[in-house]
Amino acid sequence: MVSDQKPLGSWSVKQGQIITCPAVCNFQTREYIVVHDNKVLRIWNNEDVNLDKVFKATLSAEVYRILSVQGTEPLVLFKEGAVRGLEALLADPQQKIETVISDEEVIKWTKFFIVFRHPVLIFITEKHGNYFAYVQMFNSRILTKYTLLLGQDENSVIESFTASVDRKFISLMSLSSDGCIYETLIPIRPTDPEKNQTLVRSLLLKAVVSGNTRNGVALTALDQDHIAVLGSPQAASKECLSVWNIKFQTLQTSKELPQGTSGQLWYYGENLFMLHGKSLTVIPYKCEVSSLAGALGKLKHGQDPGTHVMPRFVNWETPQGCGLGFQNSEQSRRIEDSEKHIEVEVRKFLALKQTPDFHTVIGDTVTGLLERCKAEPSFYPRNCLVQLIQTHVLSYSLCPDLMEIALIKKDVQLLQLCLQQFPDIPESVTCACLKIFLSIGDDSLQETDVSMESVFDYSNSVHDEKMEEQTEILQNGFSPEEDKCSNCDQELNKKPQDETKESTSCPVVPKRAALLNAILHSAYSETFLLPHLKDIPAQHITLFLKYLYFLYLKCSENATMTLPGINPPTLNQIMDWICLLLDANFTVVVMMPEAKRLLINLYKLVKSQISVYSELNKIEVSFRELQKLNQEKNNRGLYSIEVLELF
Amino acid sequence: MGEFKVHRVRFFNYVPSGIRCVAYNNQSNRLAVSRTDGTVEVYNLSANYFQEKFFPGHESRATEALCWAEGQRLFSAGLNGEIMEYDLQALNIKYAVDVFGGPIWSMAVSPSGSQLLVGCEDGSVKLFQITPDKIQFERNFDRQKSRILSLSWHPSGTHIAAGSIDYISVFDVKSGSAIHKMIVDRQHMGVSKRKCIVWGVAFLSDGTVISVDSAGKVQFWDSATGTLVKSHLIANADVQSIAVAEQEDSFVVGTAEGTVFHFQLVPVTSNSSEKQWVRTKPFQHHTHDVRTVAHSPTALISGGTDTHLVIRPLMEKVEVKNYDAALRKITFPHRRLISCSKKRQLLLFQFAHHLELWRLGSTVATGKNGDTLPLSKNADHLLHLKTKGPENIICSCISPCGSWIAYSTVSRFFLYRLNYEHDNISLKRVSKMPPFLRCALQILFSEDSTKLFVASNQGALHIVQLSGGSFKHLHAFQPQSGTVEAMCLLAVSSDGNWLAASGTSAGVHVYNVKQLKLHCTVPAYNFPVTAMAIAPNTNNLVIAHSDQQVFEYSIPDKQYTDWSRTVQKQGFHHLWLQRDTPITHISFHPKRPMHILLHDAYMFCIIDKSLPLPNDKTLLYNPFPPTNESDVVRRRTAHAFKISKIYKPLLFMDLLDERTLVAVERPLDDIIAQLPPPIKKKKFGT
Repeated sequence: MVSDQKPLGSWSVKQGQIITCPAVCNFQTREYIVVHDNKVLRIWNNEDVNLDKVFKATLSAEVYRILSVQGTEPLVLFKEGAVRGLEALLADPQQKIETVISDEEVIKWTKFFIVFRHPVLIFITEKHGNYFAYVQMFNSRILTKYTLLLGQDENSVIESFTASVDRKFISLMSLSSDGCIYETLIPIRPTDPEKNQTLVRSLLLKAVVSGNTRNGVALTALDQDHIAVLGSPQAASKECLSVWNIKFQTLQTSKELPQGTSGQLWYYGENLFMLHGKSLTVIPYKCEVSSLAGALGKLKHGQDPGTHVMPRFVNWETPQGCGLGFQNSEQSRRIEDSEKHIEVEVRKFLALKQTPDFHTVIGDTVTGLLERCKAEPSFYPRNCLVQLIQTHVLSYSLCPDLMEIALIKKDVQLLQLCLQQFPDIPESVTCACLKIFLSIGDDSLQETDVSMESVFDYSNSVHDEKMEEQTEILQNGFSPEEDKCSNCDQELNKKPQDETKESTSCPVVPKRAALLNAILHSAYSETFLLPHLKDIPAQHITLFLKYLYFLYLKCSENATMTLPGINPPTLNQIMDWICLLLDANFTVVVMMPEAKRLLINLYKLVKSQISVYSELNKIEVSFRELQKLNQEKNNRGLYSIEVLELF
Repeated sequence: MGEFKVHRVRFFNYVPSGIRCVAYNNQSNRLAVSRTDGTVEVYNLSANYFQEKFFPGHESRATEALCWAEGQRLFSAGLNGEIMEYDLQALNIKYAVDVFGGPIWSMAVSPSGSQLLVGCEDGSVKLFQITPDKIQFERNFDRQKSRILSLSWHPSGTHIAAGSIDYISVFDVKSGSAIHKMIVDRQHMGVSKRKCIVWGVAFLSDGTVISVDSAGKVQFWDSATGTLVKSHLIANADVQSIAVAEQEDSFVVGTAEGTVFHFQLVPVTSNSSEKQWVRTKPFQHHTHDVRTVAHSPTALISGGTDTHLVIRPLMEKVEVKNYDAALRKITFPHRRLISCSKKRQLLLFQFAHHLELWRLGSTVATGKNGDTLPLSKNADHLLHLKTKGPENIICSCISPCGSWIAYSTVSRFFLYRLNYEHDNISLKRVSKMPPFLRCALQILFSEDSTKLFVASNQGALHIVQLSGGSFKHLHAFQPQSGTVEAMCLLAVSSDGNWLAASGTSAGVHVYNVKQLKLHCTVPAYNFPVTAMAIAPNTNNLVIAHSDQQVFEYSIPDKQYTDWSRTVQKQGFHHLWLQRDTPITHISFHPKRPMHILLHDAYMFCIIDKSLPLPNDKTLLYNPFPPTNESDVVRRRTAHAFKISKIYKPLLFMDLLDERTLVAVERPLDDIIAQLPPPIKKKKFGT
């Protein structure tokens, strides 16, 4: 506590003048700068006594903040978003200041960094509840605008911001009115400065302050892993200062501030400064190197600091033979934490994307993660893997273990993603996926979050009457009566009405349909797939055949022979799979009484296909004859006399 | 501009011969093409793919192999069992050597270009040494059981691969013995065929032998161990040809289904040094068998039974994406096969072994643009003149008066006198041709039909006086000393005073016929002449080159005309320069001295020298008639080039009189209809 120390100097403006911008120190000249009445700039040094008599410059636009850091000249940020160096501004104070941000857009917060010896300015604006981030690079003079997406909680108001810089991005943390801290990663080198880019924020810490405190809330980043938050943790409790470890989501320390605060918090040189009541409180705080042991309160003091520099994974070696429930929960907590951490790291890496060795790094990361998965059965960084697969740079041959592990875990969502993304899945693996997709229980499917893109909601688009009418149209060009082998048709025609109904409802739940569609879309070679298909149990084969037959009926409902929806299976895929399944399992399926009706349907289907193709061939021949006739008509005159006028 | 009655002729029943071999020469960027009738053509790929030379075919001489040797010497070998060398200057066959091994099926030049290897019917492989003026038999390799259909040298020249029926042999060149025999699988789609013919082999420097065979396979063999490394089944029919790029990073194969496949050597994974052959691109530019392929540094070249020569540039190898990057399909010869008698309205059609004479019909009706007029008299087929002997006709001509027909083969020159009595026509051959008139490359009659000009293959130009039923040799312009360059194009002025002659490479010579001496030589130009003509009255020589430039040269003044200089200064319209067929005929309007008529295979154009030239912003081709309200605009934008694209493919177009044109078309469909049917492919189902 240094609250009883005297100030070294004090200056005041005249009555009626209002200081509109905090005073800053110009570290290069050891002078102070302040703005009053929005436009009037005052510069003085320690020797000056009367602020009224010091250097004064009246500017042409209103100033939002003056920003100064060590090692560079101060910057002046105007309320309209323009930025000037102080020297350049003083050379011509009345120079015209351009407008950068739009009408009604208000600057909420700003920060000035030095990155690689180049100044970078970031400021956040707000307009009608939408937030925008502007990053100004001074070495390249590029101003990049980003739209901050608030995510699910669109209505929340951002109370406070802080930011820290890493080597390649600015980590912008914001404290929202819901009491949670969110993180947004802004690349320092913009990918495309011309384009308006959007940034998504992700939840960093939940409920650090009470959701309904309106003021006195502030946060500041202490280092990469720690943030300090000013505010009341619960609605009723007093305001307090708390330091959080964001890596492990733990509260490091907290101090009550019973006299209330004004929502201002600074951190300079290992000291936290804040207003407590009417006094300025300074609390020295040094961040320890973040480690799990420290986060769990088990850090032995006096330990060799070198151990913390080791790779971060090392901190969470699995204890061998843990049996106690407590240990289990601790272990799962550790694993969860490390998964969470890896996810954050991966997200940070993916946010940059531009590295030349991107492919290699992704490959190495996946291989590393999978090795650990194999060593530690409980470790399964699912979100992380999903993100990595979605980079489109992975393939099966690059990480064969990935699908193997997903198969063991029965992670159908990941398998679906792999089937969609990998071009080179071996047939045995495709078949293993198919087995799981067919055998997994409906209830466990309900919990999964599979992509339903390829599935159209079949249930409400079907009407029995329409369906029947369509089967008639399907036989267009050849009537069943004329067919030589029509007894089975007749048999089918005699079938009760409910059978048609049965075939029109989808035999599998939509989620399973989505998974099966992923199989249908995957590439395969018949020779390699057939032996594996024989291993699938007969009732699953029947189910799959029923589904395929259902899809075929859906296809034949419209003239283009396609299914509705985005990226549905094509008719060729459906037909090929029906043939494959029957080739592989015909002897088994034909013995099953419940499959008999299906087989008859399929037989009819194949027959109708053959007829369609033979009709098409006939049409082709007729068309060729027509074409010949047409040519003859054109060539009718081997000789003619015509009139030509050239213009 | 004018209204014409156009005799639209489609009864010229011309079918080009199928392409059998192509051989690409990298040094000169020339392509030699042989056809099934024995014709050999040489295309200059640098000169806008112009067919600059041709050697007429011969019935008994089916070329099966064609190759370039060192010093740009061209050799062919065929089923008559002979190797022939072509004289590219004099445009005749230098010599033919019988190899005594029965029909020759394959031939390959050693990598050094100094040795020639042929594969024969009797299973022998014979090595010949190429000497400066001939070839000399050196020795036989180990005799194989069946015919040798394909040959390829290892780039080091130490080994060769020979494709036969059911197997491939690898020979050691030094010892001449077969060191490996690699048996090719006869199975075709699971069915055992009678025989598997190895249509093509290629020997790569790493020792890999690539073979293509009648079972539709492309196979890679290790010649060191004699084992099969990899097999691609690419077609349901024969794969008939293969050609490898010089860098050995890509090759091309052609199938009997008309498909051309491109294979490339690509890394297995990015940034790995291990590479593998991958089938990258299929091209379907042919309807019939692709009998032969070639691989130039920038393009895939293919030809086959459907008679098209297709040049498909590889986009990744083309540096400038200009018009050269476009696909070329060459179907018709770049020379005239048709001549016309204006006075009697006769057309003479030249075929490989016969001539046809037709009389055009007539009409009394008139009509407006686009009308087809009712015929009062149809066209008549007057004469069918068959040649004797197996040689193809080189050139032919009918005199403007219609009473003389002349044609020539490689060994004989024929001149006929025609007599017309009402509807009857009688033909009388003028006998006793002088010995120097044996082989003509070009024949031309003077406008008044009293003189005959003959360009012989010895480089000499002969002038013959025709009177009554007899003829008299007047003069022979001998070629400049030291040159034997054959003259392929002739043009005579309407007053008969000037004769212009152009050779295959460069230089147009103008002779004074009255004084019988060389008048002048037109400044040399880089691109070959495709057509030329001398305008009446002004005696301006109009010359079209293969790069689509047109020059006008005043013979009396011995300099380019002002109009020609203006054109050169301003440049032609870019669309004009981008046409891909050469101008094959130029003629003039008798009453409008400012007009030049010229045509290529896809358009016919009248250049009106009195109008301003089009620049690149103006519309070059506008087929629509002017409407009244835009007349002013139209007059302002009117330019010198009046183009019609109605008649195509256009083989001949000329002005019969002031208001009458004759256009001879040869629709591609009519040619296709006369080809054997292609392999049928099913489109639907299985």
